[in-house]
Amino acid sequence: MTRVVTDYQKENRNAIIKAIVLRVLCYIFLCFVAVMCIFFFYLLLVNTTRANNDLQGGRFTLMFSRFFNQNFKNLFTKFKTDFDALKGFRASFVIAFSSAVLTCYFSALTAYGIYAYDFKGKRLMEAFILAIMMIPPQLSSVGFFQIASRYGLKNNWWILMPSIAAPSVFFYMIQYLRATLPKDLIESSRIDGSNEFMTFNRIVLPIMKPAIAVQMIFSFVGSWNNLYMPSLLLSDSKKKTLPVMINALQRTSWGNIDLGCVYMAIFLSILPVVIVYLFLSKFIIKGVTAGSVKG
Amino acid sequence: MKGNKNKKNPSYAKWGYIFVASFFIVYFLFTFVPQVLTIYDSFFDYTEVVGTLETEVSFAGFKNYKMLFSRNLRGDIEILRCLGNTIIIWLIGVIPQMSFGLLIALIFTSSRLRLKGTGFFKTVFYMPNLIMAAAFASLILALFGTIGPFHTLFVEKGWIAQTFDFISNKTWARILIALMNFLMWFGNTTILLMAGIQGIDESVFESAKIDGASSIHVVWDITLPLLKPIAVYVFITSMIGGLQMFDVAEVLTGKAKNNSTRTIVMLINDYLKVGNYGHAGAVSVVLFIITGILSLIIFKTINRKGESMS
Repeated sequence: MTRVVTDYQKENRNAIIKAIVLRVLCYIFLCFVAVMCIFFFYLLLVNTTRANNDLQGGRFTLMFSRFFNQNFKNLFTKFKTDFDALKGFRASFVIAFSSAVLTCYFSALTAYGIYAYDFKGKRLMEAFILAIMMIPPQLSSVGFFQIASRYGLKNNWWILMPSIAAPSVFFYMIQYLRATLPKDLIESSRIDGSNEFMTFNRIVLPIMKPAIAVQMIFSFVGSWNNLYMPSLLLSDSKKKTLPVMINALQRTSWGNIDLGCVYMAIFLSILPVVIVYLFLSKFIIKGVTAGSVKG
Repeated sequence: MKGNKNKKNPSYAKWGYIFVASFFIVYFLFTFVPQVLTIYDSFFDYTEVVGTLETEVSFAGFKNYKMLFSRNLRGDIEILRCLGNTIIIWLIGVIPQMSFGLLIALIFTSSRLRLKGTGFFKTVFYMPNLIMAAAFASLILALFGTIGPFHTLFVEKGWIAQTFDFISNKTWARILIALMNFLMWFGNTTILLMAGIQGIDESVFESAKIDGASSIHVVWDITLPLLKPIAVYVFITSMIGGLQMFDVAEVLTGKAKNNSTRTIVMLINDYLKVGNYGHAGAVSVVLFIITGILSLIIFKTINRKGESMS
């Protein structure tokens, strides 16, 4: 009788040990992957604190040095001719913010139009918007670039226009409307004497705030990081965005420039997005699945 | 304004048209017209008239396409080389991306492990996805370039010669780009696969438990087969994205003019910069056709999933 109990206990203990070992292994693996993710950015941070003569062909190190302030100051003064960080930030911010606003407002408007009204062809329109989501942006970029160069529309607000028609954001918005906006609410606001535009701006938009916030972040980050179209269309130094400037910087000879400033420029270019992300990561990660898995 | 308060209220229909008008007008002018122009371009020859800024345009038929698929002076078929580069680099990155993504998704969703702190790990794993690809590539260039710390380290250890350059080396440059793509995308894959696993009906797992199936069996026989449609979706969307690879490869190896990391979009970009709209258009059309075929495959798998579920 007692033997049976000890066997049982032994088995139980083994199972517990096994579970603990498995858990520890998982944590080790996850920590390894986390280090892998952060490693290069940690090196970036380290190198923003090192002086140029230490960086030119310098040794590999994980230790911070003490030239962060110096590099920061140099970037905005001496380094200005190679990389005008202030102008880059301004251009990037203006473009990313305006395109995010345009994308969100007009996608919400279009989604509301299709959701709230019954009119001929609306099913076809929705199917059409879904279908064009699959077309690679390069197909229009050649023609777009050609039109822009032909009619002198480079370095112009022109670059923002396509963000009004964003199929994937539309898709997200209409799914959100279907899940959250009761049609009775539209009806009752009509009875209260609200016209259609007022209803959308004052009643529907506030309801859509969570969806708009998610898409604002994604489209802001998307255009903040984008290199392809801006590199084709923006050549004026006042209007170049950060990625375009980084791409230009990369083509200069790095033997003759202040590498501390190069690392600082890279660091500052990714910093705004990282800060926003650290505050809103849960929110952002939720948005990833909501937008992509439709099954 | 007769009180036809049914669903179909004709007096409001016009507002529907007004609200969707901006989307369609903008799409037509700024996306559709350029798309048609791109396709049109691909059948025309754009040659610069010597000594002027004018270009002469003449109908070329399929000449641009024929040119793309014929050998150049180096004996290469340019478009196939770039397509090959793109696919190879994508493949090197997507294999660890899918495997890490799957493994981590399984660990995170395991009801047996019940790990704590998954929120922290998720945050860290997804972060590289939001980082500016151009900046990341520039960082890797600074670290691995001939004046970078990795170069110094590898020379000191005697692993490479002083003259060796990671960036212009065929294998290393490809691996570095793939590594960046992997780091940037495996977190995204993890999140999507997790959502897929969490979407599987809990009762399936319960009954397997009652039947006494081991956890490895559950994963192998239940989770993976049910996850397949989503995994295929992730794989193919990754391929569509991979075919459009540009930022990382351009910033890392654009200056070195590394011929084995020139992607298909870099090819379009190079043609565009010299005003060769004919060739740029033809490459874009080829890319469009490949993407279209891949999208059709996605559409088919999603539909099949819908059938099996209903």
